[in-house]
Amino acid sequence: MSVTLGTATSAVEISDVSVRFQSKRAEVTAVERVSLDVAPGEFVSIVGPSGCGKSTLLKLVSGLLKPSSGSVTLLGEPVRGPRHDIGFVFQRAALLEWRSARRNILLQAEMRGMNAAEAGRRADELIEMTGLSGFENALPHELSGGMQQRVALCRALLHQPRVLLMDEPFGALDALTREQMNVELHRVWRETGTTVLLVTHSIAESVYLANRVIVLTRRPAVVHEVIDVDLPAERDYSATMARPEFASATARIRDLLGAVTGQD
Amino acid sequence: MSTVPADRWRGVVERTWRPAALLAACLAIWHLVTATGMVEAYLVPSPAKTFGLLADKWSYLWGHTWVTTYETILGFVIAGLLGVLVAVAMVYSRTIESTAYPILLFAQVIPKIAIAPLFVVWLGFGFEPKVVVAVLMAFFPVVISTVTGLKSVDTEMLELAATMGGGPVKTFVKIRFPAALPHLFAGLKVAVTLAVTGAVVGEFVGSNEGLGYVILQANGNMDTPMLFAGLIVISVVGVVLFLLLDLAEKLMLPWHASRRGAAVTTLLAKG
Ligand SMILES: Nc1ncnc2c1ncn2[C@@H]1O[C@H](COP(=O)(O)OP(=O)(O)OP(=O)(O)O)[C@@H](O)[C@H]1O
Ligand SMILES: [Mg+2]
Repeated sequence: MSVTLGTATSAVEISDVSVRFQSKRAEVTAVERVSLDVAPGEFVSIVGPSGCGKSTLLKLVSGLLKPSSGSVTLLGEPVRGPRHDIGFVFQRAALLEWRSARRNILLQAEMRGMNAAEAGRRADELIEMTGLSGFENALPHELSGGMQQRVALCRALLHQPRVLLMDEPFGALDALTREQMNVELHRVWRETGTTVLLVTHSIAESVYLANRVIVLTRRPAVVHEVIDVDLPAERDYSATMARPEFASATARIRDLLGAVTGQD
Repeated sequence: MSTVPADRWRGVVERTWRPAALLAACLAIWHLVTATGMVEAYLVPSPAKTFGLLADKWSYLWGHTWVTTYETILGFVIAGLLGVLVAVAMVYSRTIESTAYPILLFAQVIPKIAIAPLFVVWLGFGFEPKVVVAVLMAFFPVVISTVTGLKSVDTEMLELAATMGGGPVKTFVKIRFPAALPHLFAGLKVAVTLAVTGAVVGEFVGSNEGLGYVILQANGNMDTPMLFAGLIVISVVGVVLFLLLDLAEKLMLPWHASRRGAAVTTLLAKG
């Protein structure tokens, strides 16, 4: 996958974007002059120190936040307000606790006014695909953290968005569940061809899943380096972990992050 | 949760025996205090006499109970609807919030018993001034709890809703309002007990029916047994209305954490 610069073929185009937050005490620059192009169908991971502006970047792309300067284009259209042609997964599952797993997934359809029968079929497909079968009618508090996150993922995929934004979706999971979710997400991405922007703190996760890994500096976030992940498209988990390309990419990112956080 | 009937009964017994025992103890003390002559009978009538009177004058009391209950429910329902409406307006508009808050607070701190006569002057001796006082008493907790509930909605949930593009009405109906229900119910439970007080206060000021009137009459006639009977009936009305709301909450919000917490504590108590 190559980096396409400034052409209409980009799925996401962030050009020279800065974000400043005006709080009572001081002005905080969260993102400084960041440019980034993501090709359709590409999987891009974003890593960086805590508080550097990763979530802010995703909110910019979704239109939940306006940049102080610069511009964001999504699927060829400039982002001016909240966009509906995306799927968003937050760090916390953010489920409605009075709705069952299935009805939480279907919230997406109800809000959009999608055809109910069709949405129901699609929800069942996703439930099957993410291994939630048998838990359709469970309430969120009856589900494990991993299952809740799967519900959130299904909800974000229900309307078949062309761009999927994920903000540390697996941060709260144990290592094993996290690996399973990684494998699942990889399969979903391969099957759907969705463009994915994934913010994560896990270096292994960022490399295993992505075509490219964007390493950000400490706040204000500046793109520190872009790592092209040189791995085959089809990725078996343990086989991938054992590959030298995987080892070199993770080592490079670890170095960069160490240098980035150890600045003072 | 599905429990077998025998289990359910044991649950009911387990939950009720402590308050029942306390009530019995209070009655026993009341009986002892009056039976031993520690307190003169004209100051505190014996429980036997009070409950005897309750049974004898039941049809008389029933009529007045119904009047007070009617005023209470009417006041409560109006306060509930109005309260939720005002709360929604306040949450969605900064201007309305900043304008309404001082007025609301003022209306809350003003002693209702002091303005009740005014309502009698304006509205006469019918049920209307009592309902108005009940509304005034019950309104505030509904507004405060609903505002808190509507504001406590997860911001991420609202952001998610924005990306789903349902618009403000769908977001309110499907996300914001249901999320506010636990708070709303807490407010309604406080409100219904205050509505009873409001109705009785309204009756004190100018009335020829209702439990407030019964108490006022009994007081004038130094009829302490009737006074006690009236107090008991008023308390029962308040408790019954409260329990009805509690039941409605249980049925409507089985998912809510405070309900689940109850199940956890029973488990802990058993273990
Ligand atoms: N609404 C806001 N008002 C003021 N400052 C904010 C706001 N949102 C974020 N910030 C600041 O912007 C910076 C970047 O925040 P952001 O949430 O994007 O970080 P992050 O990289 O996602 O961090 P983490 O990895 O811990 O989630 C932080 O220093 C934060 O304090
Ligand atoms: Mg973040």
